[in-house]
Amino acid sequence: MPLAPAITDLEQLKNHPAIARLLSWNAEAVTGVKFDRDEMTIFVDRAYIREASVVLKDDPGCPFNFLSDITCVDWYPAEPRFEVVYHLLSIPNKERIRLKVRLDSASPAVESLTSTWPGANYFEREVFDLFGVRFTGHPYLRRILMPEDWEGHPLRKDYPVEGYR
Amino acid sequence: MAHLNPTPVLEPGQDRTMILNMGPQHPSTHGVLRVLLEIDGETIVRMMPDIGFLHTGIEKTCEAKFYQQVVPLTDRIDYLCPLTNNLCYVLAVEKLLGLEIPPKAQWLRVLLNELTRINSHLVWLGTHALDIGAMTVFLYCFREREEILKIFEMVSGQRMMTSYFRVGGIALEPPLGFFDRVRDFAGYFPEKVDEYENLLTGNPIWGMRTKGVARMTAEDAIALGASGPTLRGSGVDFDLRRDMPYSSYEKFQFKVPVSQAGDVFARYMCRVQELRESTNIVRQALDGMPEGPIKADAPGVVLPDREKMKTQMESLIYHFKIITEGFAVPAGEVYQAVESPRGEMGYYIVSDGTAKPYRVHMRAACLANLQTLPKICEGRLLADVVAAIGSIDIVLGEIDR
Repeated sequence: MPLAPAITDLEQLKNHPAIARLLSWNAEAVTGVKFDRDEMTIFVDRAYIREASVVLKDDPGCPFNFLSDITCVDWYPAEPRFEVVYHLLSIPNKERIRLKVRLDSASPAVESLTSTWPGANYFEREVFDLFGVRFTGHPYLRRILMPEDWEGHPLRKDYPVEGYR
Repeated sequence: MAHLNPTPVLEPGQDRTMILNMGPQHPSTHGVLRVLLEIDGETIVRMMPDIGFLHTGIEKTCEAKFYQQVVPLTDRIDYLCPLTNNLCYVLAVEKLLGLEIPPKAQWLRVLLNELTRINSHLVWLGTHALDIGAMTVFLYCFREREEILKIFEMVSGQRMMTSYFRVGGIALEPPLGFFDRVRDFAGYFPEKVDEYENLLTGNPIWGMRTKGVARMTAEDAIALGASGPTLRGSGVDFDLRRDMPYSSYEKFQFKVPVSQAGDVFARYMCRVQELRESTNIVRQALDGMPEGPIKADAPGVVLPDREKMKTQMESLIYHFKIITEGFAVPAGEVYQAVESPRGEMGYYIVSDGTAKPYRVHMRAACLANLQTLPKICEGRLLADVVAAIGSIDIVLGEIDR
């Protein structure tokens, strides 16, 4: 199965149920789409991610009711530097979707999804711990894997593998 | 003194309550998990798991390795089901490459994965029963697990850290006698499950310690991101093997056990039923094992056979290049999830077109399942915490990574 080229044209993909739902709710929220290797990615504006998650979760036709994962990718030294990646799963429709929020290095902060899914708690704490991305509205944003007094964020690309010490 | 106690300590709410540290090394925490409990007499008022004692930085290490060199690292994440991790990782890389895997390799992967599931559930059942006080089950379970580990050793040379799958197929042909040995095991194993059930399922003490304890509703389970038997024990009928098949699982007939009660007993029943169903799948895989190669035809990605390497120049060159330079993977990203014994294990891999992954992230089922622990324990008794920790089947290697 040779790889098909990725589709990034919003016009071609706007009939996908999740994208159609988001566009009908607020066209400004969707800043880009990508369909690659049978996986759908939607780039969401950072201001709307929490509301977009509620819209997708409560969609009557295809409710993405399960939050699989939250993680982050560091594109250092490019800007916007961070991509926070959300993987949603629809248990009734057996479908996956990926949401992405791009954040610049000046103020890496995005709204927390803990109000939509309480299960986002640990995932967001982990991203905060290892990347230094802040989640506003998180009930308990503290380091989770590293010690409380650790310097730096280990999974950033400019963090030395040996550590600072 | 602040550095000696870096983690947040619960502030005692009133004079009635006291703070109790359970762990980091407590026999029932299955690794290094520290649980902070605020207790009022024997009742749990608040609970806070504290993790990170086993943090190895595997995700950072992966970024410095070639794609094929990550496979041994994946074993060390969830050390009770290494082959499931191997499978998830190689499936993700194969998806990135767009590789076609020969049917025999897929069926062998399924067979070994179900053996891994049995192996993991046996450890869980033994230790969970031991936590609650049933010693015999522990000994019985480890007796059967020994046979599975011997099978793993036969096929891959390792008892636990198998590293048997490769990108594009399987490392080696299974040795002679392997299928017979697995068939023997699948033949007598259901009787052994009956033995465990005779000891536990109808046992009144077991029932009192597990029935109605640590209840969780389906809504809570979904909202907290629980998956696997923890989710199915709450009545959500969802299994990735059946609903989003991978590695030719759609060709197997099996039932997905679901319990409605949502308590410790329901999760126990789900896993015990899974032991039987996995044996079923193993039998089907043995009966329908296709013939053919075990590696994909992808020179430059899959290592050539040793014989060819010694006799053909091109194979030698490919071999040398794969070992020294790795293979480049087209830029892109994939998220591949498989049903591990604990739930949804997912690998998110970002490639930038070079021979080393730009970012590897493991979605650990246990990390999400652990979040359900405060939910199901608060308001219950101290003795139920032990049963609850056992029932969600956590592996700290996967939580901390």
